[in-house]
Amino acid sequence: MSFHNLDTLYRQVIMDHYKNPRNKGVLENSVTVDLNNPTCGDRIHLTMKIEDGKVIDAKFEGEGCSISMSSASMMTEAIKGQTVEKALKLSKIFSNMMQGKEYDDKEIDLGDIEALQGVSKFPARIKCATLAWKAMEKGVQSKEN
Amino acid sequence: MDVKEIRKQFPILSQKVNGRDLVYLDNAATSQKPHAVIDAVANYYREYNSNVHRGVHTLGTKATDAYEGARERVRKFINAKSTQEIIFTRGTTNGLNMVAQSYGRTNLSEGDEIVITYMEHHANLIPWQQVAKETGAQLKYIPLQEDGTVLLEDVEKNVTSHTKIVSIALVSNVLGTINPVKEIAEIAHKNGAVLVVDAAQGAPHMKIDVQDLNCDFLAFSGHKMCAPTGIGVLYGKKNLLEDMEPVETGGEMIDFVGLYESTWKELPWKFEAGTPIIAGAIGLAAAIDFLEEIGLDEIFQHEHKLAQYALEQCASIEGMTIYGPKERAGLITFNLENIHPHDVATVLDAEGVAIRAGHHCAQPLMKYLNVTATARASFYLYNTEEEIDQFIRAIHKTKEYFADVIS
Repeated sequence: MSFHNLDTLYRQVIMDHYKNPRNKGVLENSVTVDLNNPTCGDRIHLTMKIEDGKVIDAKFEGEGCSISMSSASMMTEAIKGQTVEKALKLSKIFSNMMQGKEYDDKEIDLGDIEALQGVSKFPARIKCATLAWKAMEKGVQSKEN
Repeated sequence: MDVKEIRKQFPILSQKVNGRDLVYLDNAATSQKPHAVIDAVANYYREYNSNVHRGVHTLGTKATDAYEGARERVRKFINAKSTQEIIFTRGTTNGLNMVAQSYGRTNLSEGDEIVITYMEHHANLIPWQQVAKETGAQLKYIPLQEDGTVLLEDVEKNVTSHTKIVSIALVSNVLGTINPVKEIAEIAHKNGAVLVVDAAQGAPHMKIDVQDLNCDFLAFSGHKMCAPTGIGVLYGKKNLLEDMEPVETGGEMIDFVGLYESTWKELPWKFEAGTPIIAGAIGLAAAIDFLEEIGLDEIFQHEHKLAQYALEQCASIEGMTIYGPKERAGLITFNLENIHPHDVATVLDAEGVAIRAGHHCAQPLMKYLNVTATARASFYLYNTEEEIDQFIRAIHKTKEYFADVIS
């Protein structure tokens, strides 16, 4: 019984992304963001190719726990091929999901991301999950300006 | 030392966390508070809350007596010569910043050196970085041995006639190393430097005698030794403090105030601008009473035993790396192979065991150890061998849990 709670956090699909991260690496000549979580030392190096308002490709490297690294893997999967607008919308949905708020996913397929829903029940770990999304937002905004 | 009886003094310990008995092993971050401290603080607010050093009324006198009584209590606790050498601060960070900003700014110039070690907490590192930048002084690091200890030969090599300040932790918050502060003070003095001691992880756990150590400054926090947060102590030798400028100015610390010039009160009040941390100081005095009644030597022996017991248990756990020397204070910093410390801490929490995970405010040390983060279990007087057993069982469960999902 004792690990029932933990199972809502460490879902199989999260562990799969942790073990086999998608989009690991660095893109040359791209939008680059380095972000870290100063309270725990997790860090991400995110590179994105953005053309005509679309995220053509995204890759990441980093160090961190299962939640932060699987979230980065899922995030890059989710935004690849999407418009910047949609990527930001996904980020908003994700942020709401982490805060345990209602979110509107009628027009968006969240795919694997939904597996991270359980993180909202572990307040100490929310920052781990949102690191990659914050990096993405920062990168997209720097491109726009 | 009757740990069962001691535990009864800490109301917070008798609770369940996630359906398990709470095992609180995050004492290096902050300690729990006994009834005696909670009551002392509550009594002050209930019965004689008042500002100090100014009210002519009865409550003001009572509050002043308690606040200054706390200073005398601290003086005795660390065996300082005079209460003029005891400055109440917000904590260790505040105290070390005061030394850097006051003593450092005045006494450092280009070509001078500040010497610290690789094991310092950010609080005993960044204040020196800042003052080095401001004054043009150079910040130097004493290297560590493989096991996380400092060799006196390396101190000798790094402390030179250019060194003005040497600053070192009494006990490392990551490695548990107990540094030979007394010998380091000798080396510093031989070279004309002062020795600053970060005693945040020392004062709660061992007897400190500042005259015997012959350190020039020593800072510690109340909250790691059963007292409230927001109170700490900076000890400084009187002749040094007398020549130092206050870092903060304002009420409470002045003698005469003119339109363009003012003069300061005598020690220690010239360093205590504004309404001081009255309740905190009263709580700290109660905490010292509590700890001394049990005995600092007994507390140290108890934690040492716990650490050795835990180290023995950990030695047989495959894939567990322990950082730091064998002879150490009551804490164990570790990593489990292929499991991030955050994940370790989360699984342990589900088992009721509270530990710390992260860089422990020691990023340069993490880099030196070539890790990004570690997990840390730290013990105090109320911890038991049974709790260590629960901790060890939780470690095994963590490994099992992640073996399922990762492999």
